[in-house]
Amino acid sequence: MADTAPSRVVSINLCTDQLAMMLAAPGQLVSVSRLAADPHSSAMAQEARAFPANHGRAEEIYLLKPDLVLAGRYSARATVNMLRRVGLRVELFDTATSLTDTRDRIAQMARVLGRDAEGAALIADFDMRLATLDAPESGRRAALYHPNGYSLGGGTLADDILRAGGFGNVARDLGQTGGGTLALEQLVMAAPDLLIRAEALPGASRSEDVMAHPSLERLAASTAGLRITSPDWICGTPHVLGAVATVARAREGLK
Amino acid sequence: MKPLALGLGVLVAALFLASLVIGPAGINAVEGLRALVTGGDGPVPLVMREIRLPRALLGLMIGASLGLSGAAMQGYLRNPLAEPGLIGVSGSAALGAVLAIHTGLAATLSLALPLAALAGAGTGVLLILMLAGPRGGAITLILAGIAISALAGALTSLVLNLSPNPYAASEIVFWMMGSLADRSMTHVWLALPLMLGGGAALLSLGRGLDALTLGEDAAEAMGLRLARLRLSLVLGTAAMVGAAVAVAGAIGFVGLVVPHLLRPLVGARPSRLLWASALGGAAMLLAADLAVRLILPERDLKLGVLTAIVGAPLFLHLIYKTRGAQA
Amino acid sequence: MTLLCLRDLSVRLRGRPILSNVTLDVAEGEFVGLIGPNGAGKTTLMRAALGLLPHEGRSSLAALPPEARGRKAAWMPQARDIAWPVSVETLVALGRTPHLAGWQGLRGTDRAHVDRALATMGLEGLRRRTATRLSGGEQAMALIARALAQDTPLLMADEPIAGLDPANQIATMAVFARLAGEGRAVLASLHDLGLAARHCTRLILLGEDGVAADGPPEAVLTPDNLARIFHVTAHYATTPQGPVFQPLEVIR
Repeated sequence: MADTAPSRVVSINLCTDQLAMMLAAPGQLVSVSRLAADPHSSAMAQEARAFPANHGRAEEIYLLKPDLVLAGRYSARATVNMLRRVGLRVELFDTATSLTDTRDRIAQMARVLGRDAEGAALIADFDMRLATLDAPESGRRAALYHPNGYSLGGGTLADDILRAGGFGNVARDLGQTGGGTLALEQLVMAAPDLLIRAEALPGASRSEDVMAHPSLERLAASTAGLRITSPDWICGTPHVLGAVATVARAREGLK
Repeated sequence: MKPLALGLGVLVAALFLASLVIGPAGINAVEGLRALVTGGDGPVPLVMREIRLPRALLGLMIGASLGLSGAAMQGYLRNPLAEPGLIGVSGSAALGAVLAIHTGLAATLSLALPLAALAGAGTGVLLILMLAGPRGGAITLILAGIAISALAGALTSLVLNLSPNPYAASEIVFWMMGSLADRSMTHVWLALPLMLGGGAALLSLGRGLDALTLGEDAAEAMGLRLARLRLSLVLGTAAMVGAAVAVAGAIGFVGLVVPHLLRPLVGARPSRLLWASALGGAAMLLAADLAVRLILPERDLKLGVLTAIVGAPLFLHLIYKTRGAQA
Repeated sequence: MTLLCLRDLSVRLRGRPILSNVTLDVAEGEFVGLIGPNGAGKTTLMRAALGLLPHEGRSSLAALPPEARGRKAAWMPQARDIAWPVSVETLVALGRTPHLAGWQGLRGTDRAHVDRALATMGLEGLRRRTATRLSGGEQAMALIARALAQDTPLLMADEPIAGLDPANQIATMAVFARLAGEGRAVLASLHDLGLAARHCTRLILLGEDGVAADGPPEAVLTPDNLARIFHVTAHYATTPQGPVFQPLEVIR
């Protein structure tokens, strides 16, 4: 298939949306997911506006007559099966759990789009920028704290971003692997050097209440803090370098 | 009565203490309690005073509120199945709270949150009294409760689904099951005045509820002012359940299990059941919250899950017994 | 002294007149039997007199504030409600409710009244038993004891002896008669005209929207009144053992 590049590609996953937008030839990508244009989730919201949005429903995707559908490993299983049953080619992408993974995802996208040269160039650029950022072990520790007390431990892209930015991860040190809840009192006791919190989203929610918990405010007052919107942190794309750079700058600020 | 009061008091005190010294951070108990009392700088006093103390206090207050309002509603409706969570009062309170949060009212005026929940709970109680007053049987009560719960739950979900905030939709579980995770002293101060007021209103009903054992007619003829009692009941229950739900979501079955277990120990007298259920409710919720923290600390298990696992079989047993009595 | 004073009492339920212009007095020393066919308004009359029903006209009891009324008149409804499995003693002690203020518990005098009521109704042996597990008749006796414990000048009871065995029926009527003898008054609706004739000092016959007859039993239970209101014939005789009344046949 790689020799005959697909001409109508539809992406239904936030991360494949972004990789495809970076690598596809003009006209090759016909639709991206609705989330791609949401500035709270997508690092390429501006670019995504140029593409018609889809809602990941089998019927609308079929009507777009794609010859390749890009989906995440965890995209709705029923939708993916349905698309395959009607004879569409669906390419699944694993979630990137490290910066190295990100290189593999770029390569995979370039291969399925028949854009190997562009892929190689993007990876080379990625490697070069990462090399200038990659920081040595500093002994400093950071904690990611999101609404509902959600944090990211070992084996996650965010953990690798922190490492590259020169920080240990409090959640991983506490034995957490993958995403999960970090008890507020454990966070307070751990007293991290850097507290990275999610920016408040529009509208109110009970989940975000914990971001304003008095103990967290007290902790934030005595430690360096970052408020982030997460687009750069979510997907294995070159945008993760933006996240690494942010963390690295925060580390410089600590000195 | 003295041994029961003493026993429940000791139980509540022990669970409250346990709630203070047990937690994921593994703080030494003695050190933690000293930090709680003397304060000081550093993370230990911060954890004890800002995280564990409010959680333990809220467990105590909310448990007592749910136990007391359950006992009071059962006394008035003369039906052991009346429970704020099951008959839709908590659900209506949750709807009020969710509306206050998602219209932005709670952000402009912090008292708007518990007051909106109070209004919701009050509406729920009034509907129940209208649909299944003391003369209505168990079946009417349960059917009315199902309808009110379903409507309140659906509207709560609707409001949360329409919210622009991506987290809102996932909070449906919290409002329906309840949790004490990450609450602060702010919430304690928000709930306390309403709970104290509501508690005073409900505890004053003891003699009237006792008299209602003989039916409305006989009670009224003994000098009971029924309309006044009904008003105190509605306001007291709405204030207590409203405040509880506003800060911790709808936690079911506490008001069912506790009065049911304690009724034989107080000679089935509704007046004595009131304070006993307040203590018992506090004990049950503190225990449930401890279990939540000990069993699956990293999963934020909802309190209502535990209370329902204990309470639902008991509820079925009560329905079975009521059915037998009516046949 | 009159303990209950009704003047032109009228009750309409859902637009239908039940009672019109009832005027009567109940005085100390009277045991008044309230008789009449089903639907004549016996329950309605007593509930309206107590102020438990919206009514027109005047009732001396309904005019009192609820607490004061509770000390003037005890009321035993027809429905024998015992909602919770309380002990018989606790149940009877509920009768003391109007005499207790605020948070006050039972005082010595209250306990004495409870003990006396239990003794009067022959319930001492059952005082620790759970009231809801007693037989229907025993529950009725306990509820009468509850009304007695209220220790009021006037006792009003709606069919107090329905469902009791003959011994308990006669004993209850004797208790009521003795209360009247002590200078109190009892107003009880009754369907057993035989017992009414033997024990009551006065009968009030309800029918045709109001009081059809009022007076001593022999003046009320006349063949004419029985035919007009109850549609029955009856045998009425004064014997050495007291009056004997026996309904005989239905008049078509």
